[in-house]
Order: sequence, then C-alpha cells, then structure tokens
Amino acid sequence: MNSNISAGVKYRIGKSGFFKGAIIFFSFLCAVPLFAILIYIAKEGITKINWAFFVNVPAPVGEAGGGISNALIGSLIIVAVAAVIAIPIGILGGIYLSENKNSKLASWARFSVDVMQGTPSIVIGIVIYFWVVKPMGDLTNGNYTFTALSGSVALAMMMLPIVVRSTEETLKLLPPTLKEAGLALGLPYHKVILKIVLPCGISGVLSGVILSVARIAGETAPLLFTAFGNSYLTTNIMKPMQSLPLLIYNYATSPYEDWHDLAWGASLILLVWVLLLNIITKIATRRWKVQL
Amino acid sequence: MKSSNDKSLHGQIRMEKVFKRTLIGIAIFLIVLTVGFFITLVQQSMPSIKALGFSFLYGKIWDPVSDIYGAYPFLLGTLLTSFLALAISIPFSFSIAIFLGEYAPKGWLSEILKNIVELIAAVPSVIYGFWGLFVLVPIVRSFETSIGVLPYGIGIFTSSLILAIMIIPYAASLGREMIRMVPSSLKEGAYSLGATRFEVIKTVILPYTKSGLFAGVLLSLGRALAETMAVTMVIGNSSAIPTSIFAPGNTMASVIANEFTEAASTVYLSSLIELGLLLFVVTVIINLIGKSIIKRFTNE
Repeated sequence: MNSNISAGVKYRIGKSGFFKGAIIFFSFLCAVPLFAILIYIAKEGITKINWAFFVNVPAPVGEAGGGISNALIGSLIIVAVAAVIAIPIGILGGIYLSENKNSKLASWARFSVDVMQGTPSIVIGIVIYFWVVKPMGDLTNGNYTFTALSGSVALAMMMLPIVVRSTEETLKLLPPTLKEAGLALGLPYHKVILKIVLPCGISGVLSGVILSVARIAGETAPLLFTAFGNSYLTTNIMKPMQSLPLLIYNYATSPYEDWHDLAWGASLILLVWVLLLNIITKIATRRWKVQL
Repeated sequence: MKSSNDKSLHGQIRMEKVFKRTLIGIAIFLIVLTVGFFITLVQQSMPSIKALGFSFLYGKIWDPVSDIYGAYPFLLGTLLTSFLALAISIPFSFSIAIFLGEYAPKGWLSEILKNIVELIAAVPSVIYGFWGLFVLVPIVRSFETSIGVLPYGIGIFTSSLILAIMIIPYAASLGREMIRMVPSSLKEGAYSLGATRFEVIKTVILPYTKSGLFAGVLLSLGRALAETMAVTMVIGNSSAIPTSIFAPGNTMASVIANEFTEAASTVYLSSLIELGLLLFVVTVIINLIGKSIIKRFTNE
C-alpha cells in the first residue's frame, strides 16, 4: 500500500518534471530560427559592405562596385518626414485621451486608434494611394504621382497609433496633484500641460516615439504604392524614392546575383538599424522605468 | 500697468481656448481618419462590388486577362497559411508564456528568453522573407523531395513556417502577462492540497487564463492574416487554387502587393481594393475582439 502511493506520487512528480523540460525545450527552440537568421544575414551581409557600398548607387547588372546610398538616404528622409508628421499629432492626441478619460469623444477616438493599430500595412498603402498619390497626380497632370512624401504619410499612419497610445498611457500614470498644483498657481491650462505634465512624462513619450520609429523603419508594404522606389539618388520628397526595405524586396526577388549581394548588405544595415533603435528603447524604458 | 496685465491675461485665456480646441480637433481628426479609411476602401471597391457581387467571394478563377475575378483562391490561401502558422506557433508561444509567467518570472534565463522574443518581433518582415527565400526554401524543397510531393520549395507550407516564427511574440508576451496575473492564493491552495507544478498549471493556471491566452492567439492570427512581405516573397504567387499545403498559392495581402500597381482596368483595380477592404474588416474585428477580452481580463 505504502509503496503503491509513493509510486503514484513518483509518477506525478516525474510527469511534472517532464512537462517542465518540454516547456523549456519549446521555449528556447524558437531561438534557433532567430539566430539562424541573424547569423546568416551577418555572414552574407558583412562581406558585401565596404566604402563604395555606402556612397554609390546600385550599379547596372554585371558591373561591380554598386552601393545603396540611394536607399540609405531615402530611408532616412522618408522616416524623418513621417516622424515630423506623426509625432505632434500623436502626442496631442495622447494628451487629449489622458486628459479626457471618460468623454464620449475620447472613447470614440480611442476606438479609432485601436482600429488604426489593427489595420494591415498593405491596406494603409492602398488608402494613401487614393488620398495622396492619385490626387497629386491628377492635380499636376501626372508630374507628381509616386512621391516620397506619400510614403511618409503612409508610414506616419502606422506611427500615429503607437505614439498616441504610449503618450496616453504615460500621462495617465502621472499623479493628478502635479496638474492641480500648476492650476492652483494660476497657470493657464496649456502651460500646465506643456510645461509641467508633458515634461514629467517625457521619458515614456520619447520611448514610444523611438519604438514607433523602429516599427516603421522596416516597413515595406505601405511604400509599395507610395514611395515606389527609385534606382537613383534623390533628396526631393516630391519624387519617387528608394528605401532600404523596398530595395531589399525588389533586389531579393530579382534573378541577378549582383543585386542579391546588394540586398544582403542592405539587410544587414537595416537589421542593425532596427535593432539599435530597439536597444535604445529598451535602455530608455529601463532607465526611466516606464511601462510601454 | 493694469491694462497691460489685462491684455496678457486675455492672451493667456485665448491661448488656453486655442489649445483646448486643438486637442478636441486632433481627437476628431483621429476619428475622421479611421472613418475615412473605411469610406475610401468601400468607395473604391464599389465598381467591383457592383460588377461582381457575391460571386467575387466564391469565384474560383482569378484571370485578369479574361476579366474574371474570383477571390476564393486567395481567401483559401490566406486561411490556410494563417491557421497552419497559428497551429505551428502555439506550442512555442504558450511554452514561452508558461516559462516566463510561471517557472521563471525573474532571473537571467528569463531575461535572455524575453530578449529573444523581442528580437523575433523586431526583425523586419522583408528580412524574414529574404532569408526564407534563400535558406528555408531549399530546406523545404529537399523535405518535399524526401516525402515524395512535387518539390516546389516555395508555397503555402513555407509561408506558414515563416509566419509561425513571426507571430510567436504576440501570443507569448500577452500570455505571460495573463499568467502573471493569476492570484497566488489560488496556486497556493492547489499546492497545499498536494498538487504538483504540472497539476497546478493544468488545473489552476490554464483554466484561469483561458480567455487571456485566447486573446493572444487572436492577436497572433490578426498579425498572420495581415502579414504581406514575408509571405509574398515565399508563397509562389500562383492564382490557382492550391491543391495541397505544399503547392504555391497567394494570400489576399500578397496578391494586392503583387498586382496593385499593374492593375489596368477599373474592375481589376477595384477587386484588389475589395480584397483590401475584406482584409481590413476581418483583421480589425479580430483585433478588437482580442483587445476587448484583454480589457475585461485586466479589469477583473
């Protein structure tokens, strides 16, 4: 009888141990594809990168010495313009939502932001095509159709919900006494918000902004029908512009070995860029102890 | 002196009003933006809705050259890739959720795993696609040869594998949060009755977090349905109905990405937008259901 019980207990403990082992095994198994990707990209990319790679535009097929300067500069410009569009709107939207927690307008706005966050990126591309690309083409008789600006608008649409939500969440956590103290001193409302509340929550707001930039830096789908891509270097935001993800997509699916090489190098740079932005967010959130 | 004071006071009050109105304006703008999104999609897909009606959804042939638009192959392709990816990823994401939420909420091992999960989410989808095309496709091809099906390499199965990796973080990190919220009194009660760790997880934690884990799965599914680039690069872009999970196919997102800029006729373009509208509505509903479950769960 006694040995019977202990055998049953042993079985249960064994089962529990086996389960723990299985959980740990499955948990860490997903590191395998991740490191396979990171190592493969690093290995393929590092040999393609040299000085010419940064300063030249892609060479025609068969010629050596091409680079991706057009995509590097294009990506920087498109993302920067997107940030300029999305950050002020996003922060003000976040302020409204945190200041008016229960108003009807706020709950509808919050719902809209949720919808925006769930919108597939390719659908954003379609809509911006009809909001910006096509009207601009019609107005200028086709002089300006695909433009970097429209790509930035599309990416700004992706940034907006992230910035709004992170601003809202950060400001909500601030003690209401901060605001009340400012108002009690007779400060006008906008000064209380912009000079007291926002600076107190700036760490969380900034973390959200960096995170949103990291998200859009690698986006390809919204740019397919907007910024479109360009094999030459341009800094004119009213022209089609290349970006790193677009270049990778176009060259990876091309049949030419030379272009694959460019795409591998570009992948490594894009990966490093996105990972750096993520690490900065992580350091910022840890240092300032913010919750995103 | 007094009048200048008055003037600056008036200025401040005016600024205050302007600021408040700006905030309200932005909130309205956010709503208009979202409503505008929906209206634009509906408006632009009207020609195809009018011309094709419901036959668009079950039409089995997509042939723009002969002006025949049936979206069934893409609906099937989207559902196959998404659910296959979900099925592959769930054991991994739930394991991670249980490990981080229950076995090791703190410590260096869980820090490492947390970073791995965040990295998986951070890698751009175009890089997943590129890697899939050059590394995963040959592996799948030799696998297909060994089991005796046509060795395409690219196709539904390969896309599902890539998607499965990409969507792990969503269910995993949400599941972790949910498992952490299980009251320790419940767990302690089970332990004091002599339950093993496995029994606590099976009979207390999982039932308690059921709806939260389901919400995580929904968010993963939403991500899988909407994912464009990685899938477009490895699915093979065939508009025929996939004959098996190893055959090439197309998803709604990938067919839009491939054909949108080439669509010449009105109905062709508009039927692609109708696909976008469908994708928009489905993913938004899935996301909203997921979020409302999370909200209910965290408020309890």
